[in-house]
Amino acid sequence: MRMNLEIVQETGASDHQVAYVAYNSNALDDQKANIRAVTKAIPKNIWVDHLKRIQTDQDQQAFAELFGYFAPRVKAFLMKSGAAPGMAEDCTQEVMATLWHKAHLFDPSRASVSTWIFTIARNKNIDALRKQRRPEPEELTWGPEAEPEASDILVMQQESEQLSQAMKSLPGQQRELIEKAYFGDLSHGQIAAETGLPLGTIKSRLRLALTKLRQTMK
Amino acid sequence: MNIMNKITHHLSDQLLIGYSAGTLPEAFNLVVATHLSMCDECRAAAQSYDSIGGALLHAQPTEDLSAAALSKTMALIAKGPKAAAPVPAGSDLPDPLSAYIGGGLSDVKWRPIGLGVRQAVLKTSHAATARLLYIPAGAAVPDHGHRGTELTLVLKGAFSDETARFAAGDVEVAGEDLHHKPVAEIGHDCICLAATDAPLRFSAWIPRVAQSLFRL
Repeated sequence: MRMNLEIVQETGASDHQVAYVAYNSNALDDQKANIRAVTKAIPKNIWVDHLKRIQTDQDQQAFAELFGYFAPRVKAFLMKSGAAPGMAEDCTQEVMATLWHKAHLFDPSRASVSTWIFTIARNKNIDALRKQRRPEPEELTWGPEAEPEASDILVMQQESEQLSQAMKSLPGQQRELIEKAYFGDLSHGQIAAETGLPLGTIKSRLRLALTKLRQTMK
Repeated sequence: MNIMNKITHHLSDQLLIGYSAGTLPEAFNLVVATHLSMCDECRAAAQSYDSIGGALLHAQPTEDLSAAALSKTMALIAKGPKAAAPVPAGSDLPDPLSAYIGGGLSDVKWRPIGLGVRQAVLKTSHAATARLLYIPAGAAVPDHGHRGTELTLVLKGAFSDETARFAAGDVEVAGEDLHHKPVAEIGHDCICLAATDAPLRFSAWIPRVAQSLFRL
């Protein structure tokens, strides 16, 4: 077996090397282009560093900036979901406090900051307005050696940004359909199918991430 | 808890979106959360619907907060996090379900509902009912139809009805049109988590009497 391998390596070395280098530099260029595209498209919208600063340094300045951007959106979201202004205000403060306390649980390879805040706000809404418990799926935690990779974080953040852009540019009627599903108790249509929102890649990427996670947990 | 055999019956997109949006009744959320604990396919889909929620939150027009909002939030932060409800340790069931039972399968308080079938109603909000069903190997749940939606998630064993076979991790989403008689497979007792948002409709009158007695 070893002999065979060596022979293959000897005879095919130059070709392989060339191909490998070509592939690698392509990948590198792609990644650089990606990074350029991301930093160009979203100068301020990646809040991942802010969360990291809150988590590691209890950085109040970072929190104040994040609060300034997200708290008014959370309040608007809660009011659209049926909360009176006073209650929405109180709940928003609790949501943002939860964000501080749970900053160490945020995984930027699996969600954007706005997605993560959405889930906290939604759970607060169920708890405070609907007076229900919220059963959550079993927690899957990353092992200490399985830190998410930088490229996974970049791609997840980039695709989330694309989704946000796509959401903003949806025709009014389709946007309304989604708002109804997320803010009202109307029955939910096939959102991805009917609106063409780019969910497919996010879905398959999350699926891959889960497989990877299961493997590291074994 | 990841089921080794392949799950073939998944949650519908409608249910996954409802779970992500937070608009389902608690009993349905419990079935969804338990299935997500067993099924990576649906977990990934649910998380991708969360990202629609995130995009929607991001695209919101803003609503001003009071001038003191940030300092009040800092005061909340100083108080420390609220203690999370402890999850019973060493349960043989997915976490979300153990939290409702307060333990594992051996802690379930079963009540017989006839023909060897047993059930345990779990405490949720009243918009829908959640219960565990214990169907002995080879036994059947009486023939019934539905007014609303019924979700049945298999935890152990397997059952078959007029539509298909459902094994551990599979979930059957039955609408008003389905009239069925689930039968547990020979060899293993079948344990399911079921949720309905309206009472079931039994074909025979004896189960109807049982229904009024046992909150089926």
